[in-house]
Amino acid sequence: MKTTRRLWLAAAVSAGLIASGSAQAEDVRIALVVKALGIGFFEAAAKGAEEAAAELGDVEIIYTGPTDTTAEGQIEVINSLIAQRVDAIAISANDPDALVPALKKAQDRGIKVISWDSGVGAEGRSLHLNPSSNPLIGNMIIKLAADHLPDGGEVAVLSATTTSTNQNIWIEEMNKVMGDYPGIEVVSTVYGDDLADKSYREAQGLMTSHPNLAAIIAPTSVGIVAAAQAVSDAGKAGEVNVTGLGLPSEMAGHIESGASKSFAIWNPIDLGYSATMIAYELVKGAEATAGGTISMGRMGELTLDDALEGAMADPFVYDASNIDDFKDIF
Amino acid sequence: MNEPVVNESVQRMIPQRSQGSFRRLAGSWETLLIFIAVAIFFINVQASPYFLDPWNLSDATFNFTEKAMIAFAMALLIVSGEIDLSVASIIALASTAMGFALQLGADTPLLVLVGLGTGLLCGAFNGLLVASLGLPSIVVTIGTLSLFRGIAYIVLGDQAYSGYPDSFAFFGQGYVWWVITFEMVLFAVAALVFGLLLHRTGFGRAVYAIGNNPTAALFSGIRVPRVKFLLFLMTGVMAGVAAVCLTSRLGSTRPSIAFGWELEIVTMVVLGGVNILGGAGTIPGVVLAAIIMGMVTFGFGLLNVPGIVMSIFIGLLLILVIALPKVLAAAAARLK
Repeated sequence: MKTTRRLWLAAAVSAGLIASGSAQAEDVRIALVVKALGIGFFEAAAKGAEEAAAELGDVEIIYTGPTDTTAEGQIEVINSLIAQRVDAIAISANDPDALVPALKKAQDRGIKVISWDSGVGAEGRSLHLNPSSNPLIGNMIIKLAADHLPDGGEVAVLSATTTSTNQNIWIEEMNKVMGDYPGIEVVSTVYGDDLADKSYREAQGLMTSHPNLAAIIAPTSVGIVAAAQAVSDAGKAGEVNVTGLGLPSEMAGHIESGASKSFAIWNPIDLGYSATMIAYELVKGAEATAGGTISMGRMGELTLDDALEGAMADPFVYDASNIDDFKDIF
Repeated sequence: MNEPVVNESVQRMIPQRSQGSFRRLAGSWETLLIFIAVAIFFINVQASPYFLDPWNLSDATFNFTEKAMIAFAMALLIVSGEIDLSVASIIALASTAMGFALQLGADTPLLVLVGLGTGLLCGAFNGLLVASLGLPSIVVTIGTLSLFRGIAYIVLGDQAYSGYPDSFAFFGQGYVWWVITFEMVLFAVAALVFGLLLHRTGFGRAVYAIGNNPTAALFSGIRVPRVKFLLFLMTGVMAGVAAVCLTSRLGSTRPSIAFGWELEIVTMVVLGGVNILGGAGTIPGVVLAAIIMGMVTFGFGLLNVPGIVMSIFIGLLLILVIALPKVLAAAAARLK
């Protein structure tokens, strides 16, 4: 029995040693809760949060999340954050409904709660930070094409499916601002159904039927890669510019080959930075009200709509100058 | 603690050890778990100023109460030499059935009935396949693990059921008195019921007998298939109870609900000293194991230790638990 006891004691003591941490009591403690640890996108957001903390000075960031992307795992994390009496929780939620009771409890105990990236139900948070908004995305996708066409030209849209809600809204928003880009003409809109092979064939078709085509806009991460591949394979890299919304890790090669001059997507570093800034403002007494604004430091001000949601910024533009910094992140 | 008398057959490593030295080993096993629990408690108190707070401790019990309710029934099942790996999927299916009933306008009592009923049916299905057809339970329940959750995914897809009535929230969010949650009461009642059933009834004796030697049990007049069927039924119902609590606590249903819980529940049972080969184990041991796992999870959580470190710790604890009896037996044999 003695050996047994010693074994257990050793195990218990070593657990205690692993577990010794430190916290300064005066600091504002902001917990950045992510869907799961070990995901590049969220690691980058944590980097942004640390940047905000360094700028503010009196902030301690607790970057945490479950091992798997489950609501139950996030609830355990939230419970331990409530117990630690953190000042604010900024969460990217695994489930918009299941987290509401736990986050309500956090709010009842005086903790400020915001959601970012993936939102939770309105009762569970003060406000939700969207990385961007539909009008901003609609404007950005046509701007990306127009920036490289100073004399105007023919462009075409390669979308997902005819019923894809997001893409349809973005294209609609794009059409609203076409007046700001004189000389740019959208000659065709085709649908690749978010399938790589169909998107590839649709892109080939566009180049055949419109010999003067100067740009393909694909507001979908599947379509943009397929279109860029089609342009490369046709030997038209540099002639037809593929742009839209894509992931740096998937587009790095096409930026290098010149098939795509630039594209856009949210910047996770800015997102983590802004979420931290907003949480800090709320802790310091700012109120989230419909139509009100909250400061986001270097990212400007967040304007809230009636649902207490706000859009951070234009989608972030990735091109040859910065793609290498981001291609390993997400 | 008394020192064991060594002239008994320590070298027998078959699960058939329900007398003599084993009884003392089992006795000291729970003593050991109590010691670990107390040690972890004090380490937690030392490590974090937030640990020793009634409300925090109350919140922390949600980490294990639902899993432990199933673990009690699972303990009996494992003692009898069987296992049910489909329990987490039963939770998913029962929760989906409750959400479906909600859409049809069911009120709180009916929702609870649907949850428990689904658990009962799932348990009966497992039980029939194992007890009547004599199929190995590990294979059957790996099958139903996919089957039950698969149905939940077909019904819900990427959707969720929500909008459960306020009165339904009591089961997973309600307090009976001060910091005592309804789930804690359920946990205590379930521990008592399963403890009495296993340790104080003829049914419990039959469970041990089957786990030690099913053939001998059959020839001594125990209706082995019937006992096994009932054990699967109980496990299914307890999964239904856990489904009611968890659904109430989350206030919504998604097909991914309780994903991966079956392994944590089996871990709890084995850590509690139940022999994975059957024939030995106690409910007090499982109660202690549940509390230990809950305190470790909460203690690490308070220090913001990443979840993966907790998994590593629990994994090491489990290996230690399984290896310990063998190591001790070898040491005892050498001393002889």
